[in-house]
Amino acid sequence: MNNGFSIIGKRTAMVDAAEKTTGAGKYTDDISVSGMLIGKILHSPYPHARIRSIDTSRAEKLDGVIAVAIGKDAPNPFGILPVGHDEYPLALDKVRYVGDNVACVVATSEAIAEKALELIHVDYDVLPAYFDPEESMRAQADFIHENKPGNLEKDYHHIFGDPERGFSEADEIAEARFIAGEVTHAAMEPHSTLASFELDPHTGKTGRLTVWSSTQVPYYLQHKLSLVLEMPMQQIRVIKPLVGGGFGGKSEVIPLEIIAAIAARKAKAPVKITYTREEVFWAHRGRPRTIIDLKTAVKNDGRITAVKARVVQDGGAYCSYGVVTILYSGALLGALYDIPNIQYDGYRVLTNKPACGAMRGHGTVNVRFAFEVQLDELAARIAMDPAEIRKRNLLKPPCITVNGLRVQSYGLPECIEKTVKRSGWEQRKGKLLKGRGLGIACSHYVSGAANSIIRSDMPHSTVNIKIDRDGGVVVYTGASDIGQGSDTMVAQIAAETLGCSLARVRVIAADTDLTPIDLGSYSSRVTFMNGNATLRAANEVKKLIAAAAAKKMNYSPEELIFREDIVFKKGNPQPLPRKDDADEVEVTQAGASVSGHVEGQILRGSLQQKRKEEGPKEWMTFEEAVVAAIDFHGALTGTGSYAPPLEARGGKHKGGGVGPSPAYSYSAQVAEVSVDEETGEVAVHKVWAAHDCGRALNPVSVEGQIIGSVWMGMGQALTEEMVWKDGMLMNPGLLEYRSPSSIESPEIEPIIVESIDPEGPFGAKECSEGSLAATIPAIANAIYDAVGVRLHESPFTPERVLAALRAKKKEKALNLTEGVDPTSPKRFREHGGSLCFKGRGPARHALDPAHRQAPASAGGAD
Amino acid sequence: MSDLLATLFHRSMRIAHGLLMKKELIPLRVNGRTHELAIEPSALLLDVLRQELQLTGSKRGCDDSSCGACTVLVDGGAMLSCTLLAASCEGQEVTTIEGVSEHGSLAAIQKAYGDWGGAQCGYCTPGFVMTVKSLLAENPDPTEEDVRHALSSNLCRCTGYNQMYEAIRAAIAAEQEGIAAK
Repeated sequence: MNNGFSIIGKRTAMVDAAEKTTGAGKYTDDISVSGMLIGKILHSPYPHARIRSIDTSRAEKLDGVIAVAIGKDAPNPFGILPVGHDEYPLALDKVRYVGDNVACVVATSEAIAEKALELIHVDYDVLPAYFDPEESMRAQADFIHENKPGNLEKDYHHIFGDPERGFSEADEIAEARFIAGEVTHAAMEPHSTLASFELDPHTGKTGRLTVWSSTQVPYYLQHKLSLVLEMPMQQIRVIKPLVGGGFGGKSEVIPLEIIAAIAARKAKAPVKITYTREEVFWAHRGRPRTIIDLKTAVKNDGRITAVKARVVQDGGAYCSYGVVTILYSGALLGALYDIPNIQYDGYRVLTNKPACGAMRGHGTVNVRFAFEVQLDELAARIAMDPAEIRKRNLLKPPCITVNGLRVQSYGLPECIEKTVKRSGWEQRKGKLLKGRGLGIACSHYVSGAANSIIRSDMPHSTVNIKIDRDGGVVVYTGASDIGQGSDTMVAQIAAETLGCSLARVRVIAADTDLTPIDLGSYSSRVTFMNGNATLRAANEVKKLIAAAAAKKMNYSPEELIFREDIVFKKGNPQPLPRKDDADEVEVTQAGASVSGHVEGQILRGSLQQKRKEEGPKEWMTFEEAVVAAIDFHGALTGTGSYAPPLEARGGKHKGGGVGPSPAYSYSAQVAEVSVDEETGEVAVHKVWAAHDCGRALNPVSVEGQIIGSVWMGMGQALTEEMVWKDGMLMNPGLLEYRSPSSIESPEIEPIIVESIDPEGPFGAKECSEGSLAATIPAIANAIYDAVGVRLHESPFTPERVLAALRAKKKEKALNLTEGVDPTSPKRFREHGGSLCFKGRGPARHALDPAHRQAPASAGGAD
Repeated sequence: MSDLLATLFHRSMRIAHGLLMKKELIPLRVNGRTHELAIEPSALLLDVLRQELQLTGSKRGCDDSSCGACTVLVDGGAMLSCTLLAASCEGQEVTTIEGVSEHGSLAAIQKAYGDWGGAQCGYCTPGFVMTVKSLLAENPDPTEEDVRHALSSNLCRCTGYNQMYEAIRAAIAAEQEGIAAK
């Protein structure tokens, strides 16, 4: 099963599991430093307004308030993308969404800081606001950003192949509008940052800055802090403690992280700011509400001839990752199936709501929902099994897709085959009781972006390894473990490569002073890129050890095998470890292995002396080999780095840099649901999810990632949605947002498919995001199988399901969702419509364009 | 909606009282040790644990008792420390995640959560472990349905709960084996 590996492929508890299960591990908010003060941020109550003045004098006079920071304290713009430097940590002259950051109070306690916020007076000049992307695009004046006319952040228009010809050759064409509601990460740990300055011993003035932050991207944070604070990067140290989940929400620098540093500089003391759960919802950066006009054509044999997609994303008030998101939406139409002709028109639109950014399955999820549902419809029209139509459109790798994506390993056929088999698709599909159904869908995702967001030739990951005389292996990696288990992955790869036990390896990660640069934990890049860098660093050190060990053993270095803490000759049977280490070999987690009294001898040098007297050895322990290597070479260190190969970096067209990846993961899923036709309620009973992760380095983690992705997709499919009303979030709490609890969560059967990628570390690829996108359409298709209605708007709330059922039966609409026909909605509500409001909600501003155009429906469903 | 009101109420309580109230000396028994603490009568148990006693294992994931990350045991029963006054625990035995490890080694449930992938980011884990502790104290051999019901008081965004069930099953088996061995 484990292909001759001793560590790779074994079910392994995470190296930091005990820290987590005992509560001993420190997350940012758990850290305190002496003299630390608490910061609280004042947020804008208006969705769009100019700031005339800010008066902080009353707040500053409150006992216990140390400082109040405002925009002028650091008037430099930033943003995660070099093309999107459009936000300020604290607003300079304008606020652009309810929740925008206006001022920060630093006080001796949270209660005093909260009180002081009430004493800050801000004079606003309220502007008309835009909440609907299509309305926003028609704006003539009062643009959200002056340099973005028509509130258009960015649009792309791509044509690959000959879509017109593709459509003319087709036997069946489906065309429809799909809408995916806005969802957010809601990671369990609210964002938190602690910033502390030191005094410089030479100048006597404020010197180095240390920042602890809940981030997926410590190096980007270091870079943005340097830009905004006008400090050299080497004067800034960013430390990532344990992070309580990210899902993309911590994959960019959010204003909070810089505000803490500005506040610390102004207060001349360490400052910690931790968001409340409500503030996390306002800070957002999740998956945008997306409108997809999709047209797909197939021939009667099931082959897809052309796809045309027009995608509009409701991006919120700032660029964030938006330009990348809208490009992913188009680019990832490719590389799953063989589609010869693609037309894509993408619009990223600004609105007066919190910025949307990257979220698990960045850019691909909503378009994949639309595509997989439409493909199911087309299969029904040509009377083909939905699993079969997917098999008819497989790629033939190695290949480069029509839009320039290089595909090598491709486990999709096996994924489809295995889910179909395990779910009993062929025997059960269409034969279940009324109201119960099965649906299938596929998806894929990148294993890291082949092009970094900051264009440069630098490697995407670098890893250093140091081994000392104690035989301990220390790996210095910039990889950011956010709960996905990257520290464990790094330790496993180092241990497997060096042939030592896992317990020898200590991982020092994500500290900009200690660890070499790594771009961060996003776009599922860490296993592929940091894993490869670790592999290379370990191989470099291993070469040094092998040279010295070979000398001692009178073999050539190429003949040596490193395995389970023993170095021996290829072809010889692996020597049994000595008696006192025997029980250590099985249990790699428990304690250091070949240490104890042997170690003492090594430190005194007596063991080498003994060895010398004994003459050349048949085999050596890892520790003996390490000592020999240090005696021979001096310091024992190695370094490895990874940059994606040129061939994988994509086409030359405008925007062609987003989408290419050195490898793609694949997923096929079958969902079994039942639909209550009386209430419209959908229950998911089971999801079978086969995921091609290249090679499962740690099956427990891979399965955990697959289950977690499918589960999060299910949340988006059925219950999760950010509900807006006049720019106000109506459900900024974990219960109101309706993240599924254990009661609503189905059994998810993860099925690992290993396609062994030629370039991945030990063949590994992505496993944390690719499965999410297939779940939503698999559930939609299962609902169709159960009750015969196609849902084109997510989440599939009871209201939407009921409306579709009644429309199918030609019954009078219940008008629970403003009478919008879910199969072909003609207009878009600014809120999702899945909640029924009593009362009026906050008053709409008189100048609001929506107010002028449709006063009758402005109140929503009240 | 009631949760929203609860949040607002809770927050206004903190603002209104946090600034005005005088501190009182309150004896609090946590993980078998008694601490004499000068705290405001309005202080929440979670804040006292985290800030006064530096027991940061209990987490704040929300502010309105919706996520369960702050779950502790008060006289053996699972309680949400984010909406519990510390002063109200006077005379009761509070157990936090820091008090779960047995004789310097991981309790069966802690080991199992690690082995079976019950913890990913780990932020919700202390709360879940406390919830499971209280469930197993009441019902040493729960059905899958019982487990699902008990866990629904806590939220996790990483695991989809599936691997937690395996962990709990493994922990129960390990406990029973341990008892049998004695």
